[in-house]
Amino acid sequence: MAERVRVPERSRTNAGPGRLLIAVYILFAIAATSRAGLQIATRFGEAPVAYTLSALAALIYIVAAVGLARAGAAGRRVALACCTVELVGVVGVGVLSIADPELFPDETVWSGFGSGYGYIPLVLPILGLAWLWRTRT
Amino acid sequence: MTSAAAAGSPVDGLLATLSIVLSLLVAAWALVATLRHRAPDRVQFAGLTALEVVLLGLAVLALVTLGGGDRPDEPGAFFGYLVTLVCLPPLAWVLARMEPTRWGSAIVCAVCLVTPVVVVRLQQTWEVLGG
Repeated sequence: MAERVRVPERSRTNAGPGRLLIAVYILFAIAATSRAGLQIATRFGEAPVAYTLSALAALIYIVAAVGLARAGAAGRRVALACCTVELVGVVGVGVLSIADPELFPDETVWSGFGSGYGYIPLVLPILGLAWLWRTRT
Repeated sequence: MTSAAAAGSPVDGLLATLSIVLSLLVAAWALVATLRHRAPDRVQFAGLTALEVVLLGLAVLALVTLGGGDRPDEPGAFFGYLVTLVCLPPLAWVLARMEPTRWGSAIVCAVCLVTPVVVVRLQQTWEVLGG
Protein backbone atom coordinates (compact mmCIF):
# COMPACT_ATOMS: atom_id res chain seq x y z
CA MET A 1 0.00 0.00 0.00
CA ALA A 2 1.21 3.47 -0.86
CA GLU A 3 -0.18 5.31 2.16
CA ARG A 4 1.38 3.10 4.81
CA VAL A 5 1.03 4.91 8.11
CA ARG A 6 4.05 5.36 10.36
CA VAL A 7 2.86 3.03 13.05
CA PRO A 8 5.18 0.35 14.47
CA GLU A 9 4.56 -2.91 12.60
CA ARG A 10 3.38 -5.00 15.53
CA SER A 11 0.92 -2.38 16.80
CA ARG A 12 -0.92 -2.01 13.49
CA THR A 13 -4.45 -3.30 13.71
CA ASN A 14 -4.99 -3.31 9.94
CA ALA A 15 -2.38 -5.81 8.72
CA GLY A 16 -1.95 -9.56 8.93
CA PRO A 17 -4.69 -11.31 10.94
CA GLY A 18 -6.21 -7.86 11.48
CA ARG A 19 -7.03 -7.63 7.79
CA LEU A 20 -8.88 -10.95 7.97
CA LEU A 21 -10.78 -9.60 10.99
CA ILE A 22 -11.67 -6.47 9.02
CA ALA A 23 -12.86 -8.66 6.11
CA VAL A 24 -15.22 -10.58 8.42
CA TYR A 25 -16.43 -7.31 9.97
CA ILE A 26 -17.18 -6.00 6.46
CA LEU A 27 -19.14 -9.17 5.66
CA PHE A 28 -21.19 -8.75 8.84
CA ALA A 29 -21.66 -5.05 8.18
CA ILE A 30 -23.13 -5.93 4.77
CA ALA A 31 -25.29 -8.74 6.18
CA ALA A 32 -26.63 -6.72 9.11
CA THR A 33 -27.17 -3.53 7.07
CA SER A 34 -29.13 -5.28 4.31
CA ARG A 35 -31.19 -7.21 6.83
CA ALA A 36 -31.96 -4.14 8.95
CA GLY A 37 -32.66 -1.98 5.90
CA LEU A 38 -35.10 -4.50 4.51
CA GLN A 39 -36.83 -5.13 7.85
CA ILE A 40 -37.27 -1.43 8.61
CA ALA A 41 -38.37 -0.57 5.09
CA THR A 42 -40.92 -3.37 4.73
CA ARG A 43 -42.31 -4.23 8.17
CA PHE A 44 -40.99 -1.98 10.95
CA GLY A 45 -44.29 -2.12 12.88
CA GLU A 46 -44.11 -5.88 13.43
CA ALA A 47 -41.05 -5.88 15.67
CA PRO A 48 -39.70 -2.38 16.30
CA VAL A 49 -37.31 -3.47 19.06
CA ALA A 50 -35.74 -6.26 17.02
CA TYR A 51 -35.40 -4.14 13.89
CA THR A 52 -33.96 -1.13 15.72
CA LEU A 53 -31.47 -3.50 17.27
CA SER A 54 -30.60 -4.91 13.83
CA ALA A 55 -29.87 -1.38 12.64
CA LEU A 56 -27.75 -0.67 15.73
CA ALA A 57 -25.78 -3.89 15.22
CA ALA A 58 -25.23 -2.99 11.57
CA LEU A 59 -23.92 0.45 12.53
CA ILE A 60 -21.56 -1.03 15.10
CA TYR A 61 -20.11 -3.52 12.59
CA ILE A 62 -19.47 -0.71 10.13
CA VAL A 63 -17.83 1.54 12.73
CA ALA A 64 -15.74 -1.34 14.11
CA ALA A 65 -14.45 -2.19 10.62
CA VAL A 66 -13.53 1.44 10.02
CA GLY A 67 -11.89 1.72 13.45
CA LEU A 68 -9.73 -1.36 12.86
CA ALA A 69 -8.86 -0.24 9.34
CA ARG A 70 -7.85 3.27 10.48
CA ALA A 71 -5.34 1.69 12.87
CA GLY A 72 -4.38 4.91 14.71
CA ALA A 73 -4.94 5.63 18.40
CA ALA A 74 -8.42 6.99 17.69
CA GLY A 75 -9.22 3.98 15.51
CA ARG A 76 -8.18 1.66 18.33
CA ARG A 77 -10.45 3.45 20.81
CA VAL A 78 -13.36 3.29 18.38
CA ALA A 79 -12.73 -0.42 17.72
CA LEU A 80 -12.41 -1.10 21.45
CA ALA A 81 -15.72 0.62 22.17
CA CYS A 82 -17.46 -1.23 19.31
CA CYS A 83 -16.15 -4.66 20.27
CA THR A 84 -17.20 -4.09 23.89
CA VAL A 85 -20.71 -2.97 22.90
CA GLU A 86 -20.94 -5.95 20.54
CA LEU A 87 -19.95 -8.43 23.21
CA VAL A 88 -22.39 -6.92 25.71
CA GLY A 89 -25.05 -6.79 22.97
CA VAL A 90 -24.70 -10.35 21.74
CA VAL A 91 -24.63 -11.79 25.25
CA GLY A 92 -27.41 -9.51 26.49
CA VAL A 93 -29.69 -10.11 23.52
CA GLY A 94 -28.84 -13.82 23.63
CA VAL A 95 -30.01 -14.05 27.24
CA LEU A 96 -33.06 -11.83 26.65
CA SER A 97 -34.14 -13.71 23.51
CA ILE A 98 -34.22 -16.91 25.55
CA ALA A 99 -35.71 -15.36 28.71
CA ASP A 100 -38.37 -13.28 26.95
CA PRO A 101 -38.85 -14.41 23.32
CA GLU A 102 -41.77 -11.99 22.88
CA LEU A 103 -39.38 -9.07 23.06
CA PHE A 104 -37.79 -10.30 19.82
CA PRO A 105 -40.55 -11.80 17.67
CA ASP A 106 -38.25 -11.71 14.65
CA GLU A 107 -34.63 -12.76 14.36
CA THR A 108 -31.79 -10.28 14.75
CA VAL A 109 -28.10 -10.83 14.12
CA TRP A 110 -27.63 -11.23 17.87
CA SER A 111 -30.61 -13.48 18.70
CA GLY A 112 -29.69 -16.74 20.43
CA PHE A 113 -26.09 -15.55 20.80
CA GLY A 114 -25.82 -15.21 17.01
CA SER A 115 -26.88 -18.80 16.33
CA GLY A 116 -28.40 -17.81 12.99
CA TYR A 117 -24.94 -16.78 11.84
CA GLY A 118 -22.94 -19.73 13.09
CA TYR A 119 -22.23 -18.00 16.44
CA ILE A 120 -19.71 -15.81 14.61
CA PRO A 121 -21.33 -12.65 16.13
CA LEU A 122 -20.36 -14.06 19.54
CA VAL A 123 -16.80 -14.99 18.56
CA LEU A 124 -16.08 -11.85 16.53
CA PRO A 125 -15.96 -9.27 19.38
CA ILE A 126 -13.80 -11.64 21.44
CA LEU A 127 -11.36 -11.98 18.54
CA GLY A 128 -11.51 -8.22 18.07
CA LEU A 129 -10.65 -7.53 21.71
CA ALA A 130 -7.88 -10.18 21.63
CA TRP A 131 -6.45 -8.59 18.50
CA LEU A 132 -6.54 -5.11 20.06
CA TRP A 133 -4.75 -6.55 23.11
CA ARG A 134 -2.10 -8.29 20.96
CA THR A 135 -1.34 -5.09 19.05
CA ARG A 136 -1.37 -2.78 22.09
CA THR A 137 1.47 -0.28 22.35
CA MET B 1 -34.55 -28.78 -5.04
CA THR B 2 -36.26 -31.01 -7.56
CA SER B 3 -36.42 -30.22 -11.26
CA ALA B 4 -40.09 -29.31 -10.92
CA ALA B 5 -39.26 -26.51 -8.45
CA ALA B 6 -36.25 -25.50 -10.53
CA ALA B 7 -38.40 -24.78 -13.56
CA GLY B 8 -39.53 -21.44 -12.11
CA SER B 9 -36.30 -20.46 -10.40
CA PRO B 10 -33.42 -18.95 -12.36
CA VAL B 11 -31.03 -19.31 -9.43
CA ASP B 12 -31.41 -23.03 -8.94
CA GLY B 13 -29.77 -24.48 -12.03
CA LEU B 14 -26.36 -25.36 -13.38
CA LEU B 15 -24.88 -21.88 -12.83
CA ALA B 16 -25.82 -21.84 -9.15
CA THR B 17 -24.37 -25.31 -8.59
CA LEU B 18 -21.25 -24.33 -10.52
CA SER B 19 -20.79 -21.20 -8.38
CA ILE B 20 -21.09 -23.22 -5.16
CA VAL B 21 -18.62 -25.89 -6.32
CA LEU B 22 -16.17 -23.32 -7.68
CA SER B 23 -16.36 -21.24 -4.51
CA LEU B 24 -15.68 -24.23 -2.29
CA LEU B 25 -12.75 -25.29 -4.49
CA VAL B 26 -11.19 -21.83 -4.23
CA ALA B 27 -11.83 -21.86 -0.46
CA ALA B 28 -10.07 -25.23 -0.13
CA TRP B 29 -7.12 -24.05 -2.23
CA ALA B 30 -6.86 -20.83 -0.21
CA LEU B 31 -7.05 -22.80 3.05
CA VAL B 32 -4.11 -24.96 1.94
CA ALA B 33 -2.20 -21.78 1.04
CA THR B 34 -3.01 -20.30 4.47
CA LEU B 35 -1.81 -23.41 6.28
CA ARG B 36 1.39 -23.42 4.20
CA HIS B 37 2.03 -19.71 5.01
CA ARG B 38 1.57 -18.78 1.35
CA ALA B 39 0.32 -15.43 0.03
CA PRO B 40 -2.63 -15.49 -2.40
CA ASP B 41 -1.36 -16.97 -5.67
CA ARG B 42 -2.51 -16.77 -9.28
CA VAL B 43 -4.80 -19.74 -8.86
CA GLN B 44 -6.73 -17.91 -6.13
CA PHE B 45 -7.09 -14.73 -8.17
CA ALA B 46 -8.02 -16.72 -11.30
CA GLY B 47 -10.53 -18.67 -9.21
CA LEU B 48 -12.06 -15.45 -7.86
CA THR B 49 -12.35 -14.10 -11.41
CA ALA B 50 -14.00 -17.29 -12.68
CA LEU B 51 -16.36 -17.22 -9.69
CA GLU B 52 -17.30 -13.61 -10.40
CA VAL B 53 -18.02 -14.45 -14.07
CA VAL B 54 -20.33 -17.30 -13.01
CA LEU B 55 -22.08 -15.08 -10.44
CA LEU B 56 -22.58 -12.29 -12.98
CA GLY B 57 -24.03 -14.90 -15.35
CA LEU B 58 -26.38 -15.97 -12.58
CA ALA B 59 -27.40 -12.35 -11.95
CA VAL B 60 -28.08 -11.74 -15.66
CA LEU B 61 -30.11 -14.94 -15.85
CA ALA B 62 -32.14 -13.83 -12.81
CA LEU B 63 -32.79 -10.39 -14.33
CA VAL B 64 -33.82 -11.93 -17.67
CA THR B 65 -36.24 -14.24 -15.87
CA LEU B 66 -37.63 -11.25 -13.96
CA GLY B 67 -38.06 -9.49 -17.30
CA GLY B 68 -40.04 -12.53 -18.46
CA GLY B 69 -42.61 -11.93 -15.71
CA ASP B 70 -41.57 -14.42 -13.01
CA ARG B 71 -41.15 -12.96 -9.54
CA PRO B 72 -39.34 -14.10 -6.39
CA ASP B 73 -41.50 -14.30 -3.29
CA GLU B 74 -39.32 -11.82 -1.41
CA PRO B 75 -38.09 -9.36 -4.05
CA GLY B 76 -36.31 -7.11 -1.52
CA ALA B 77 -34.34 -9.93 0.03
CA PHE B 78 -33.71 -11.49 -3.39
CA PHE B 79 -32.11 -8.32 -4.77
CA GLY B 80 -30.22 -7.76 -1.53
CA TYR B 81 -28.63 -11.20 -1.77
CA LEU B 82 -28.01 -10.85 -5.51
CA VAL B 83 -26.18 -7.52 -5.12
CA THR B 84 -24.21 -8.83 -2.13
CA LEU B 85 -23.28 -11.95 -4.06
CA VAL B 86 -21.68 -10.21 -7.04
CA CYS B 87 -19.75 -7.92 -4.65
CA LEU B 88 -18.13 -10.77 -2.68
CA PRO B 89 -15.36 -11.94 -5.07
CA PRO B 90 -14.22 -8.34 -5.81
CA LEU B 91 -14.10 -7.69 -2.05
CA ALA B 92 -11.92 -10.76 -1.54
CA TRP B 93 -9.77 -9.74 -4.52
CA VAL B 94 -9.10 -6.22 -3.24
CA LEU B 95 -8.38 -7.27 0.35
CA ALA B 96 -6.16 -10.16 -0.80
CA ARG B 97 -4.18 -7.76 -3.02
CA MET B 98 -3.68 -5.47 -0.01
CA GLU B 99 -2.44 -8.36 2.13
CA PRO B 100 0.26 -10.38 0.33
CA THR B 101 0.76 -12.75 3.28
CA ARG B 102 -0.88 -15.96 4.46
CA TRP B 103 -3.67 -13.79 5.87
CA GLY B 104 -4.56 -12.71 2.33
CA SER B 105 -5.20 -16.37 1.54
CA ALA B 106 -7.24 -16.62 4.76
CA ILE B 107 -9.43 -13.72 3.55
CA VAL B 108 -10.01 -15.48 0.19
CA CYS B 109 -10.90 -18.66 2.08
CA ALA B 110 -13.36 -16.86 4.39
CA VAL B 111 -15.15 -15.00 1.59
CA CYS B 112 -15.36 -18.16 -0.54
CA LEU B 113 -16.96 -19.99 2.39
CA VAL B 114 -19.57 -17.24 2.77
CA THR B 115 -20.43 -17.15 -0.96
CA PRO B 116 -22.16 -20.59 -1.10
CA VAL B 117 -24.25 -19.61 1.94
CA VAL B 118 -25.43 -16.47 0.13
CA VAL B 119 -26.22 -18.53 -3.02
CA VAL B 120 -28.38 -20.89 -0.96
CA ARG B 121 -30.14 -17.99 0.79
CA LEU B 122 -30.74 -16.44 -2.64
CA GLN B 123 -32.37 -19.69 -3.78
CA GLN B 124 -34.57 -19.74 -0.68
CA THR B 125 -35.91 -16.24 -1.32
CA TRP B 126 -37.18 -17.45 -4.70
CA GLU B 127 -38.37 -20.90 -3.73
CA VAL B 128 -40.96 -19.79 -1.16
CA LEU B 129 -43.33 -18.91 -3.97
CA GLY B 130 -42.90 -22.12 -5.96
CA GLY B 131 -42.86 -24.43 -2.93
